Amino acid sequence: MAKKKESTLINMLIALFVITAISGGLLGLVYGVTKDTIAEVDAKKNAQAIADVLGTDENSKLDTITIGDLFYNLAYDAQDNFLGAAVKTYSNAGFNGRIELMVGILADGTINAVSVLQQSETPGLGANMVNPKFKDQFNGKNPASYNLTVSKDGGDVDAITAATISSRAFTGAVRLACDGFEANKAKFMKGGNAQ
Amino acid sequence: MSNNLQTFTKGFIKENPILVLLLGCCPTLATTTSAINGMSMGLATTFVLIMSNLVISLLKSFIPDKVRIPCFIVVIASFVTIVQLVMQAYVPDIYETLGLFIPLIVVNCIVLGRAEAFASKNPVWPSILDGAGMGLGFTFALTILGCIREFLGSGSIFGFGILPETANILVFILPPGAFICLGFVIAIVNQFKKESH
Repeated sequence: MAKKKESTLINMLIALFVITAISGGLLGLVYGVTKDTIAEVDAKKNAQAIADVLGTDENSKLDTITIGDLFYNLAYDAQDNFLGAAVKTYSNAGFNGRIELMVGILADGTINAVSVLQQSETPGLGANMVNPKFKDQFNGKNPASYNLTVSKDGGDVDAITAATISSRAFTGAVRLACDGFEANKAKFMKGGNAQ
Repeated sequence: MSNNLQTFTKGFIKENPILVLLLGCCPTLATTTSAINGMSMGLATTFVLIMSNLVISLLKSFIPDKVRIPCFIVVIASFVTIVQLVMQAYVPDIYETLGLFIPLIVVNCIVLGRAEAFASKNPVWPSILDGAGMGLGFTFALTILGCIREFLGSGSIFGFGILPETANILVFILPPGAFICLGFVIAIVNQFKKESH
């Protein structure tokens, strides 16, 4: 075994400097290689989520707008009629941190579908929010006639068994999206029909 | 050569990091909610273990004693970040479920423990074997725990449903279930070890 370097100041400085410099360079390299793939994966996931919740096809035109802390993906048909918006919404009231959803809302305010972008709820309990059994109950519901609150709190949403907190957070995020959509609806219409 | 083989196999039962040394229990308890999660976590850690053992063994005579811990941590953290970036790019689904725990491999005491106790004192080849053995032992323990918890808690193994939903015992998915399972598995392994002596 080679003799260990003595712990003099200069030796320590050299060792630490060389190791961190090489590590830094290596990480930069790996980041450069994976950067594009990661961005691609994210973009694909986002586009897929928009298509899923709005049922749009490649003929529709997409536009994006950020109002407050919500992100709206607006969809228009070939004649620039407003079809609906895929709203990227969130809740910080989850059982295990932030929940991000994509809520597809049609032009008349009806919820078309909901897709979960990010969640870290308890597997087997709150994580069941990704299952159709829970999230598809929002499909086709209009907040005007549908109380977006879990049934335990007097609303119309059936919570996931033993995961009321997650269900509440999910419902809250959907409500946030619907409220934001209602408040800014006029803006979306004008944007699309300005001929 | 038999010595090398021993270095490799000791990580499985005799010095299994989880079941015997009880190192790295934080990711063990947190990520074994399902078999696939446990296994992916184990494999990610194995990769980091092998690579960091390799590099630290190569660098051992270059690193002065007084700054060895920061040097080890920099090496380990670099590999963890590489794993994280690669997983994010090529297996985004697994990355999403493990996301939070991947960076925590840096502070997993198995990795630093092996660097300090083995790789910094041994040649390259045994260090790689030690990393591989320890890592696979860790993966093995995590997969077993994940299987048990997933089976009892959600009635499936590796996502294949076996029991109906009504038979699920939710507590096994939750943190207390992790402690209970780990306790029982350790007890069984100890009994097994006692008999084989």
